[in-house]
Amino acid sequence: MKLILNESSHKTMRNHAQADYPNECCGFFYGDAGDRRIVQEVQPVHNAKEGDQRRRFQIDPKDYQKAEKYALEHGIDLLGVYHSHPDHPAEPSEHDRKVAMPWFSYIIISVQDGKAEVTRSWRLNEQRQFEEESIEQTEIRRT
Amino acid sequence: MAKVIIPTPLRKYTNQHRTFDTQADNLSDALQAFVDEYPDVEENLLDDNGNIRSYIKLYIGDEKVSPNENGTIAIDNDTEVSIVPAIAGG
Repeated sequence: MKLILNESSHKTMRNHAQADYPNECCGFFYGDAGDRRIVQEVQPVHNAKEGDQRRRFQIDPKDYQKAEKYALEHGIDLLGVYHSHPDHPAEPSEHDRKVAMPWFSYIIISVQDGKAEVTRSWRLNEQRQFEEESIEQTEIRRT
Repeated sequence: MAKVIIPTPLRKYTNQHRTFDTQADNLSDALQAFVDEYPDVEENLLDDNGNIRSYIKLYIGDEKVSPNENGTIAIDNDTEVSIVPAIAGG
């Protein structure tokens, strides 16, 4: 399991995570699904969780519906969801695990004192346990 | 022909197909046809009582619909049904 993440996409996620600190941010990413998943596009969405957003996020079902349609229309795959962990490690919580969907990659960005520090990615296995997915970071291609 | 948009996490059970077309004229029959076509979808879509799982929402266009609560829901050739899993975490 490997996720290829370019500098630009990663920056978009990190900036979003920092901007929403001390709340959790969330969003989608799209690209090419395969043994190596290649992230091509990032789409921040609003954290729709009512109440304390410092420890929880929720995506509006309509945003999800739009995301799937966007992927269909553009011939790309909705690869997964990213979110931030303000002042916590970039590891899935038990709550993350319980509500996670199979197949998706879950990118978690740890934000310490407002600064995005560590980015890791996770995927559920057949036993519904998270396994880390290695991230290969690539530079922006300049043409 | 009504169309069901298959959410990405379920596509491993649908031979990677992204949509499912059906001639059914109501939502329950459309879902049954979908499950009949791809039996592995069933346990991820329906609970033990055959109802849609609590973390899955169904939309027709922009409108949330629930055959569990609303009974028979008519669909026609232009209907687009979205299966929307709840996405959340902490």
